[in-house]
Amino acid sequence: MDETLNELGDYIAATKGEAILGHSIAYGELTVIVAREAIVDVVAWLMDDPKGGFVNIVDVCGVDYPERENRFDVVYHLTSPKRNLRIRLKVETDEVTPVPSITPILPGAGWFEREAYDLYGILFVGHPDLRRILTDYGFDGHPLRKDFPLTGYVEVRYDDEQKRVVYEPVRLTQEFRDFDFLSPWEGTDYVMPGDEKAKESAPPATKPS
Amino acid sequence: MSEAQVRTFNINFGPEHPSAHGVLRLVLELDGEIVDRVDPHIGLLHRGTEKLIEAKTYLQAVPYFDRLDYVAPMNQEHAYALAVEKLLGIEVPKRGQLIRVLYSEMGRLLSHVLNVTTWAMDCGALTPPLWGFEEREKLMIFYERASGSRMHAAYFRPGGVHQDLPEALVRDIGDFCDPYLKRLDDLDRLVTGNRIFKQRNVDIGVVTLEEAWRWAYSGVMVRSCGAPWDLRRSQPYECYSELDFDIPTGSHGDCYDRYLVRMEEMRQSIRIMKQCVARLLGTERSGPVSYTDNKIVPPKRGEMKRSMEALIHHFKLYTEGYHVPAGEVYAAVEAPKGEFGVYLVSDGTNKPYRCKIRAPGFAHLQSMDFLCRGHMLADVSAVLGSIDIVFGEVDR
Repeated sequence: MDETLNELGDYIAATKGEAILGHSIAYGELTVIVAREAIVDVVAWLMDDPKGGFVNIVDVCGVDYPERENRFDVVYHLTSPKRNLRIRLKVETDEVTPVPSITPILPGAGWFEREAYDLYGILFVGHPDLRRILTDYGFDGHPLRKDFPLTGYVEVRYDDEQKRVVYEPVRLTQEFRDFDFLSPWEGTDYVMPGDEKAKESAPPATKPS
Repeated sequence: MSEAQVRTFNINFGPEHPSAHGVLRLVLELDGEIVDRVDPHIGLLHRGTEKLIEAKTYLQAVPYFDRLDYVAPMNQEHAYALAVEKLLGIEVPKRGQLIRVLYSEMGRLLSHVLNVTTWAMDCGALTPPLWGFEEREKLMIFYERASGSRMHAAYFRPGGVHQDLPEALVRDIGDFCDPYLKRLDDLDRLVTGNRIFKQRNVDIGVVTLEEAWRWAYSGVMVRSCGAPWDLRRSQPYECYSELDFDIPTGSHGDCYDRYLVRMEEMRQSIRIMKQCVARLLGTERSGPVSYTDNKIVPPKRGEMKRSMEALIHHFKLYTEGYHVPAGEVYAAVEAPKGEFGVYLVSDGTNKPYRCKIRAPGFAHLQSMDFLCRGHMLADVSAVLGSIDIVFGEVDR
């Protein structure tokens, strides 16, 4: 399995040249990093090439890495029923740079791209109908971004006096519980909550005997 | 007399409509009774599952998968468990694999029997759902006897299954198989040759195989077009490669073929279940049902009473959870509705960095416009029934 994928990865890199920024195999899956402008060309070629046949679009989704300069990855999963292989393509982008849409050649990508736009704010150019899909009518923001709070900003309830659903800022009766399981028990370079008092007051002098 | 005024209608199908199978709002543009355009509005059941999973440990994420396709809950957990196991590089013991396969096939029965019968109801038949739900009830009792819950089982966990099955339960599942086949024959007699059902479904919503691939179809939707494409066979997971079953295919790619494929798949599922039961009572009568290293799978309660080590492991695994090596994987299972996949990105901590849920219903529903354009208004509900959608997984 890995040899076939290796061969395919090398073949793609050799044929498509500078459109391919890299490829790797991990956990028995082939990942190919594609230049943003070339994605439509690469997908179309993968569909038609006799060594490819990746005609089944499985999934398109975004991943957010806020610390990176190009913060979003757009991840495409394709299947080749003819060769019984899977491939993953990745494209990097940021909040303002649109990615060419593959919907005109693979109509099945339509809703997946709408979803990536809705949840991450990734723009797709050439998409026939780029609207929000999963969130509420009139929703503001892109909820799956890492800087979007888990609770969101607004909550809804039915107001009996106004006889309609009203939107209000989120009010939590209890702080959301988030435990830190990652920092070591000792030797942290930041102050643990509750420890600041110990640092402020000078260490008590030795007990008078 | 002058020509009749041509006027197109816009109607809302749903969000509350008995044949919308949940909360689907279809905006239909009609020219007389001909459908000009279908615009599905989804998201009314959106719960932000993927966002919530990012804030939970790997084990805490499992119950969210029951609530996706709540008609066949364990099949969803299965994909997630496979993804986590792939990242951790662990393998499930044989008995655990057989239990998983057994319950996955039961999930397939649950889903198909619900779909076929309620779809018949959308086309005007009332008896099939009454018969089918009786069988579903029995299957859900098997779910309850294994996991304690009729629907939201949280039974397939990364590493294996939560608990072993008692022998009596395995025997009861074995006894369930043959009467179920008889009930399928009854349904067959009632629906398959039925004139009304055929008139509503034959040659409706026809798709060619090439279109099916491009529209991101999978599962029954592809098989009804003639491709024997089944992940259980083409990219086998668990112990499906050791089991004997056939893959039914259609030839026309219409709604009626999808019905026939589902009916035959239920018979094949029974066949798989019988083999699993035989092995669970025979060669795999005993043995572990989950990965035996307590760094991943919590120890059993009995052990905790005696072993300090087990107690510590139990506490750590239910608070902090386990850390999964950094990397990304895509794991898919052949869920009843098609390919259900989980794309999991791990950053090496105890919580998933990203968990994308690839639901088959979402991919199928987007082609409503393509399938219904030019059909009559009444065909919309037949097509909707044939693509087998459940809003838990479409909206996530």
